[in-house]
Amino acid sequence: MDLIQTNLLTPMVLAFVLGGIGARVGSDLKLPDAFYATLSIYLVFAIGLKGGVALSESSLSEIATPSLGVLLLGGLTPLWCFAILRRCGRFGVPDAAAIAAHYGSISIVTFIAGISYLDTLGVSYEGFLPAFAALLEIPGILVALVLAQRGMDGGRGLGEGIRETLTGRSILLLAGGLVIGLLSGPAGLDKVSPFFVDPFQGALTLFLLEMGRVAAGRLEDLRQSGAFLLAFAIIVPVLQGLLGVVVGAATGLSAGGSFALGLLSASGSYIAAPAAVRLAIPSANPSLYLTPVLAITFPFNLTVGIPLFYGFAQWWVQ
Amino acid sequence: MLTMKVKLITIIAEAVLEERLVRDLRAAGAKGFTRSEVRGEGSRGRRVGDVEGANVRLESLVSPEAADRILETLNENYFEHYAIVAFVEDVTVVRGDKYV
Repeated sequence: MDLIQTNLLTPMVLAFVLGGIGARVGSDLKLPDAFYATLSIYLVFAIGLKGGVALSESSLSEIATPSLGVLLLGGLTPLWCFAILRRCGRFGVPDAAAIAAHYGSISIVTFIAGISYLDTLGVSYEGFLPAFAALLEIPGILVALVLAQRGMDGGRGLGEGIRETLTGRSILLLAGGLVIGLLSGPAGLDKVSPFFVDPFQGALTLFLLEMGRVAAGRLEDLRQSGAFLLAFAIIVPVLQGLLGVVVGAATGLSAGGSFALGLLSASGSYIAAPAAVRLAIPSANPSLYLTPVLAITFPFNLTVGIPLFYGFAQWWVQ
Repeated sequence: MLTMKVKLITIIAEAVLEERLVRDLRAAGAKGFTRSEVRGEGSRGRRVGDVEGANVRLESLVSPEAADRILETLNENYFEHYAIVAFVEDVTVVRGDKYV
């Protein structure tokens, strides 16, 4: 219970709720587009930088085994999501592949919220975890796009979808931040930490205010999604999260690290995947793939998923 | 003053298509274009890029033949699945050889 309270009564989650309320009562609360974009660049780049510095202090052997687990998770998730959506949900190939791409990929914001939850609790974790976020973002989308291409005629769009994934802002900033952090090391981070480290949680709070507004604005579209997809948007993340924790622990991560990997696996992409999918699978219906991720899975992970996976990770690793 | 009639083609589409549409414009013979971020709603409602924001508006002055080629491309590749609007107008310009 304490775990849940610690998570819910943070400025970040409360700001998310406030954003949602703002949208429901029709307030003019909205961050200017340019500021929202700036905040997202700041958050992703900052988390990359910190992860890169941690990478520079880790040995290759520490990272190698968990990385394999991460790649396996990233490649397999869209496969079983696709199978469930096709068999149980009776979705067509384009829609099933599109939804699988979103759940195969990850949400960096969810991950960042989980990391700051660990910081709040004072729990230690492997600093190189952001590298896993970069590793996990790509394969899920790629596998799902290939699944979609196999079921459709004509290969137009696959290459473009892949390029969109690799050159998208979030992946480029995260990977670039990791490299910059790795090369410049702790001394380099010291120089920029008053800007990139100290105000981080405040920036995250403002960002989540806006995300609350965006997510709540999607709630109307849920009626189109149907009961199956609503259940899918909660059950699959829970299973994925528990599995991620188990894989993390099995590959030698600490409780904090296993939690973060679980949360990453549970999260679904709502920025990188939609753009790639829109280009590569045009016949898939956007309100089917974007709405569940944004309006159900993201708020669920932020409020319930974080304490749930952390509690499970603590219990499992002991 | 020597004037000439050319076509002004305007395309308003979901922002994710921007780079692809620019390539198509150039391939069809457009020598330049203006792009702007715009907002709006249509029969397809809000954009998939809602989180990121906007629609894109591309305008280009082209020859009648190029305008036809562009509309043909849009018809083949975009109208069925994407939120996209396109229209062509007659306009009068000076220095017409700059555009066609």
